[in-house]
Amino acid sequence: MAGHDHDHDHEHGSELSETQLRVRALETVLTEKGYIDPTALDAIIEAYETKIGPRNGSVVVAKAWTDPAFKKALLEDATKAVASMGHMSRVGDHLVAVENTPNRHNMIVCTLCSCYPWEVLGLPPVWYKSAPYRSRAVKDPRGVLSDFGIALPKDTEVRVWDSTAETRFIVLPMRPAGTKGWSEKKLADLVTRDSMIGTGLPLNPAEMK
Amino acid sequence: MTSIDPAAARRAREAVSSIPCDAEGPVFREPWEAQAFALTLSLYDRGLFKWPEWAAILGDEIKKAQTAGDPDTGETYYRHWLAALERIVAEKGVTDAGTLRKYFDAWDHAADRTPHGMPIELKPEDFR
Repeated sequence: MAGHDHDHDHEHGSELSETQLRVRALETVLTEKGYIDPTALDAIIEAYETKIGPRNGSVVVAKAWTDPAFKKALLEDATKAVASMGHMSRVGDHLVAVENTPNRHNMIVCTLCSCYPWEVLGLPPVWYKSAPYRSRAVKDPRGVLSDFGIALPKDTEVRVWDSTAETRFIVLPMRPAGTKGWSEKKLADLVTRDSMIGTGLPLNPAEMK
Repeated sequence: MTSIDPAAARRAREAVSSIPCDAEGPVFREPWEAQAFALTLSLYDRGLFKWPEWAAILGDEIKKAQTAGDPDTGETYYRHWLAALERIVAEKGVTDAGTLRKYFDAWDHAADRTPHGMPIELKPEDFR
């Protein structure tokens, strides 16, 4: 639906962009037909802008670092383990946690359309949705990691997980050294979004300052 | 344990143009992106489609855009999202392109007659 005409006089009127007009058209039609409730839309947007973000995932990771039983449950069935923490799980999909070890580093991608574990990480960053990431993550994961400033030891295997609409992944990074005795809350501050996608590592205690 | 210097990582990412990067900032760049996203979630909640169907259509729209020359750097992601949304509501028989076009024109008319800075509302006379 391209080709928004500009032959009329806008001097005293308002203007909506082509995309704004398309979204308004959809919203009005769907509301009139009873498919959506405009107030529910606002609630969804507010939740994603203010409540649902990588912080949810950080808390999950920090708990796994401190609670062996939870970690076991998380690796066995992440959907269930995350639900037990009372996190929002609205996409109803299958969440899988993959654990980083000294021998294996995990990285997630969706080569098709940028599927992403929204309920634990919020919405994907712009680079995650880009074609270069989607294609290079599979072909050259080490190259991508080096773009992100990470050089892994040669003998560490890099495993790339391709998300689908049904199965999404979250990386459980390794707990940084020098954090013995730290509380879950303090540990959660070390967990970055990128470390849960696998394009980053958690912060070191020294980087917290 | 491999350590990472955040400043070096930032410099490296800035130096590489192939993968666009961002700060951990707002997830929507413009309000319409948030609206399109929320519309899709609402329709999913209502059971209009399953996620695999959505992923297939969105994936297809992304491919079509790439073929048509879209650089697909992530900046245009919600444009593809919107195209997929228009397509899935038509495929599910909720509405059709003609109806959407009619409402599109009506909203355009409503914007034209609304003084700048005033809320834009749709009225029956906009459908002419």
